[in-house]
Amino acid sequence: MKNILEVKDLHISFHTFAGEVQAIRGVNFELKKGETLAIVGESGSGKSVTTKAIMRLLPPGNSEIKQGEILFDGKDLAKLNDRQMQKVRGKDISMIFQDPMTSLNPTMTVGKQIMEPLIKHQNMSQSAAKERVIQLLKLVGIPNPDQRFKQYPHQFSGGMRQRVVIAIALACNPKVLIADEPTTALDVTIQAQILELMKDLQKKIDTSIIFITHDLGVVANVADRVAVMYGGKIVEIGTVDEIFYNPQHPYTWGLISSMPSLDAKDEELYAIPGTPPNLLNPPKGDAFAPRNEYAMQIDLEEQPPMFKVSDTHFAATWLLHPDAPKVEPPAAVLKRMKQFNRAKK
Amino acid sequence: METKEKLLEIKNLKQYFNAGKPNEVKAIDGVSFDIYKGETLGLVGESGCGKSTTGRTIIRLYDATDGEVIFKGENVHGKKSKKELMKFNRSMQMIFQDPYASLNPKMMVSDVIAEGIDIHGLAKNKKDRMERVYQLLETVGLNREHANRYPHEFSGGQRQRIGIARALAVQPEFIIADEPISALDVSIQAQVVNLLKQLQREKGLTYLFIAHDLSMVKYISDRIGVMYFGKLVELAPADELYANPMHPYTKSLLSAIPLPDPDFERTRKRHSYDPASHKYSADEDVRMREVNPGHFVYCSEKEYQQLKAASKS
Repeated sequence: MKNILEVKDLHISFHTFAGEVQAIRGVNFELKKGETLAIVGESGSGKSVTTKAIMRLLPPGNSEIKQGEILFDGKDLAKLNDRQMQKVRGKDISMIFQDPMTSLNPTMTVGKQIMEPLIKHQNMSQSAAKERVIQLLKLVGIPNPDQRFKQYPHQFSGGMRQRVVIAIALACNPKVLIADEPTTALDVTIQAQILELMKDLQKKIDTSIIFITHDLGVVANVADRVAVMYGGKIVEIGTVDEIFYNPQHPYTWGLISSMPSLDAKDEELYAIPGTPPNLLNPPKGDAFAPRNEYAMQIDLEEQPPMFKVSDTHFAATWLLHPDAPKVEPPAAVLKRMKQFNRAKK
Repeated sequence: METKEKLLEIKNLKQYFNAGKPNEVKAIDGVSFDIYKGETLGLVGESGCGKSTTGRTIIRLYDATDGEVIFKGENVHGKKSKKELMKFNRSMQMIFQDPYASLNPKMMVSDVIAEGIDIHGLAKNKKDRMERVYQLLETVGLNREHANRYPHEFSGGQRQRIGIARALAVQPEFIIADEPISALDVSIQAQVVNLLKQLQREKGLTYLFIAHDLSMVKYISDRIGVMYFGKLVELAPADELYANPMHPYTKSLLSAIPLPDPDFERTRKRHSYDPASHKYSADEDVRMREVNPGHFVYCSEKEYQQLKAASKS
């Protein structure tokens, strides 16, 4: 399948009073046409910064793309100026933000806000744009679009507002849609509706989606492929089945075993000890090593490269080195691996 | 169940905001349940269903519009002398949702934790007070050096531990945990949940655990109550509720939780809930009825017979 977006060796730093925070330290991935790539990781792992860099939405004063390329349609987005970027943003690549309460303009009617990209990018007339907006409102499942068009965001519930945000993002049929925790602020029942809507729309207009979340349940629901981020790097990437049923990185093991399964009860939950690294002074070796019970001497000294597990599955852990000792993953992970191997046979 | 001691009885609790005005909100509309000593009762529901209000009303952060909260045989609400209030406040504590907002940024951690100790005069002298603080910090997995720091120096998970230490400081019997983990990262959530479980084992605490993350609720709770628009619609032992949900709202809620299992997600069937589907007539007596032992459902007499018949077959 064709790659629509390629991120190559991206490094991003923030300049703060305390010093340089190396938020992204060499991120590589590609996004294929029509697929959903989920990026998971805890707060501060760099998932939002990566996508904001793609949209070029990082604050201009104190952030800096130190090196790397963001290739979209043969163009390097990292090198575009503001004017050129405005032509891409909202048209070819658009974004859905986490909080629908703050991402809409409270002083503008909902209709006007959805019309904006249409008029700006597609030179539509007011009346044509209005017609298209009503279509979009129908598409995202908002009843009575004619009346809703004239209403303000405060007249909408949280779930409905997120539908409006999705309508704005989809107005110009973008090639890439970035969804930054689009359902975290919503209730489970509303979340399920929004996820269904996004999957449905993806089929209709064939966009590629980058989906950021820390909820592994949501990942299992929407993703084709999954990238796990930790300490400003991707530590494991693979298809959704590979990540959930055959994970290789100890951090992924930790994430998966710290979720209670619905049949577990009295056994203690696995908790990843410690806290995420401070990227003001990133550790010399593997950033996860201090929290990793499987860490070896080399983890403290040298950062692991990406080891290939299969054609689609890569993980950055020294455990995959041919000379590494064999270790037993946690019980919850072993159970999943067995299931995976059985399914393969 | 019968042998267990009731720690808390909530009877027909009502909390109306703006009562009597046009914008009256019935946040809790006649909720009754019991909490037994040593158990964890989970309370789930979507935002705005009244689960947090229930917790806050029980602990008297709000004055109830109607109904009774009976703690160890004594009504919590109603007129109380200062002394009675003090005694009550010691036995019931709360852990809040947002550890960034619930700790006073201008107070040192030792003072945050010791505030309850000071108010209730539990420490004999300064040394004893600090000794207690150190012990509490160690209980929740922090260390004594943390006592002289300020809340902003801690991560979310550590702050929530401080919140737990503060709640434990007055040696309560009953703790209301209002979404204590929803502001935390996944890897940290497990740490806090394990801590809460461990404290329960060691100190025989009773919890009311309010949350919307259903898989965590199932993990920590013995029984679970489901709320919908100010009413309790189902109450059952945790396993029973998941294995055999009866109220259509519970079914829809359970069918909406995404599980970290791609195979399962591919075949998921979601139910939606329409409150109009019950078609209750105006004179029908709709209330909580015990369909299976310990399994209560909010239903009419007719629905009760149907559920009963269905659960037998």
